[in-house]
Amino acid sequence: MPASDTTTVLLCGVGGQGTILAADVLAHAALAAGETVKVSEIHGMAQRGGAVTTVVRFGSEVLSMVADEGCADCVVSFETTEALRNLPYLKRGGYLLVADETIKPLPVLTGKAAMPRLARQQLAEKGAALIPAGRAAESIGSPKSVNIVLLGALSTQLGFPTQVWEEVIRQRVPKKTIEANLAAFEAGRQLALATKKEEGAR
Amino acid sequence: MELMSGNEAIAQGAWEAGATIGVAYPGTPSTETMEAFATKEGVYAEWCVNEKVALEVGLGASAAGARVLVTMKHVGVNVAADPLFTSSYTGVGGGGVVILAADDPGMYSSQNEQDSHYYAQAAQLPMLDPADSAEAHDFAKRAFELSARFNTPVFIRSTVRVSHTKTPVEPGERTAWEPRPYEKDPGAWVMMPAFAKPRHKVQLERIAALRAFAEETELNRVELRDPSIGVICTGAAYQHVREGLPDASTLKLGMSWPLPKELLLDFASAVERVYVVEEASEYLESAVRALGVDVAATPNALPRDGELTPGLVRAVFGLEAPEHGEAPEGLPGRPPALCPGCPHRLVFKELSRMRAIVTGDIGCYTLGALPPLSAMDTCVDMGASVSMAHGFELALAGTEHKPVVAVIGDSTFAHSGLTSLMSTVYNKGAGIVCILDNRTTAMTGRQGNPFNGETLQHRPSRELDLEGVIRALGVEDVRTVDPHDAKTVRGALKAAAAASDTLSVIVFRAPCVLLERVVRPAFEVTADCTGCGVCPTLGCPAIAKDAETGLAGIDPGLCIGCGQCAQYCASRAIVSTDPKGGNRAC
Repeated sequence: MPASDTTTVLLCGVGGQGTILAADVLAHAALAAGETVKVSEIHGMAQRGGAVTTVVRFGSEVLSMVADEGCADCVVSFETTEALRNLPYLKRGGYLLVADETIKPLPVLTGKAAMPRLARQQLAEKGAALIPAGRAAESIGSPKSVNIVLLGALSTQLGFPTQVWEEVIRQRVPKKTIEANLAAFEAGRQLALATKKEEGAR
Repeated sequence: MELMSGNEAIAQGAWEAGATIGVAYPGTPSTETMEAFATKEGVYAEWCVNEKVALEVGLGASAAGARVLVTMKHVGVNVAADPLFTSSYTGVGGGGVVILAADDPGMYSSQNEQDSHYYAQAAQLPMLDPADSAEAHDFAKRAFELSARFNTPVFIRSTVRVSHTKTPVEPGERTAWEPRPYEKDPGAWVMMPAFAKPRHKVQLERIAALRAFAEETELNRVELRDPSIGVICTGAAYQHVREGLPDASTLKLGMSWPLPKELLLDFASAVERVYVVEEASEYLESAVRALGVDVAATPNALPRDGELTPGLVRAVFGLEAPEHGEAPEGLPGRPPALCPGCPHRLVFKELSRMRAIVTGDIGCYTLGALPPLSAMDTCVDMGASVSMAHGFELALAGTEHKPVVAVIGDSTFAHSGLTSLMSTVYNKGAGIVCILDNRTTAMTGRQGNPFNGETLQHRPSRELDLEGVIRALGVEDVRTVDPHDAKTVRGALKAAAAASDTLSVIVFRAPCVLLERVVRPAFEVTADCTGCGVCPTLGCPAIAKDAETGLAGIDPGLCIGCGQCAQYCASRAIVSTDPKGGNRAC
């Protein structure tokens, strides 16, 4: 692909996991940081527990709204199997952030298909930052804030000032959940920094 | 600057242009347009029962002087096609009509990927193709200007990647539209042959004027870069071309019908080779060729199905793709599924047990076609379940055959099922019609419809009596059944199947679980489970069969305590965790 300053973040997961709100906050953070942005969502039938992806692209000029294989600077997965499924989208050397959570799809639940073996190890081999986003969200008493925990982790890669993120979170999440989501963001940031440190120590 | 989806931007543009009335039937990817319009100051917006009705309401309002936004998905245009073609003769009177046709290349939530450009060409109505939300906002305003200036309905054609992509928009102020007082004009509006013949001539004159406009308008934009390659494109495809082939010259058509012949020929002569890039269609290439442009063949064939991406555009032009990793082989698929507690589930389970021939319809319940329920034989278009069932009955008459059962949702029944049912009754048809009344239009995001009595702007309305309407159509055997009660569902279907010479309608009524979000204590599987494997065949996302032991398990985080599965457990091993009980009788 020709070089451009566009950053592409692909968020993937299972319908209902909150990828759309995460994309919304990310997009507004990019906008507040002075970038232009495009957010491409999928609605309708796919949302009924199916695999979903949302693409956020930002930079000084953004053309296409979709991501090709090998073009996502960051893949943020809310689930391990979906992380494996979306591996082709990750750019060489890109950042793969995965919530350490596994949701079995219907063909597995009914015994017609099997889960991938050693999914976490496979992801680790691809350099994934696997973070316990679910547990982190629960520990701050806001189990639904997994998406914001992931954004906190992602924020370590994007270079937007922390104040920008915090301001956008205040504006975009339901009022009652602002404090919980700010805590979730910080928890995610710390998890990602710890993961980085661990890698550095190796 | 606000981030808006293409749909929200069209609603904003229409509002700024002074539109005061909005009419639609929901359909992905168009739905949010009318939902956004309905929230604007000083507008009236309504869900109609179908797209044909919506367009006709729009034409009436426009004839009376209002500016009207009419929105629908691509297949909705099929339903609205009858008034659409004649509206090109009548024009819009003193008001204005802008019609959004939202296409779904890639079929994220549709039964086909037809290209609405063909409707513009066939009905001879101008069409604008925005490529992002800023253009969607601007083009909606321009569409109303064109509607008034040329006295014609004007299409906006979007695709899922325009409708559902959020990009920055600078919203503006509203310009009030002062309607001209209504004046009777039968020559323009009474389309009987004597009046329609002169109106066809009016239409032809308008098209000539529109062709001249197309040559001039800045809606169509030539961008000269590398002169060796020129690409003609519209909408989202333009963005993919610009990214995939950044050096190529482009002719971006903001107006995709009528086409600017001279501009196209000039562009073709300004570049060495001219190509057309479009999604899931051959409309543009055929239309451009027909104007005498020598369109070159791309090095690799352009796909005629599915969505484009910048990478696909590059592949078509023989350019390299970036390196990338692969997903491991054999990953399990993750198809969408009926929600835990969905009131449709047991109807499909019982139809599957009966091995019925099931003619299905459009909605969440189309998911009943997927394993493990696999309880659907056909799904073609809105309302087809009822009419196709009648066809099956006709062809199978006099033979030993399995019960023929039509399955249709409440909103779909209001949209197109009523007329089909009336036709079956009139022709003395037999069979079973199941109306899955979940009190909402679920798939598109829970909109109102006549059978739940909710309206778009929450104006008071009345809830139509579904069973009363069906009886009034002449159906004698009408039953109402709780779809969460397996025994009753089975009994009702069996009784209807036994009366094979009569037409039976069963209304299965229970609210969509996403409406009220009532969560009762979860069920759990006790040590009495024998691993018989029956409960996983319900296809509930909360029930898992252990790969090694074959025993069932229930995910307490997903289970909403509906108790459907407990009714299928011969070992009574599925029990409520509610200390007060909560099991239905098995």
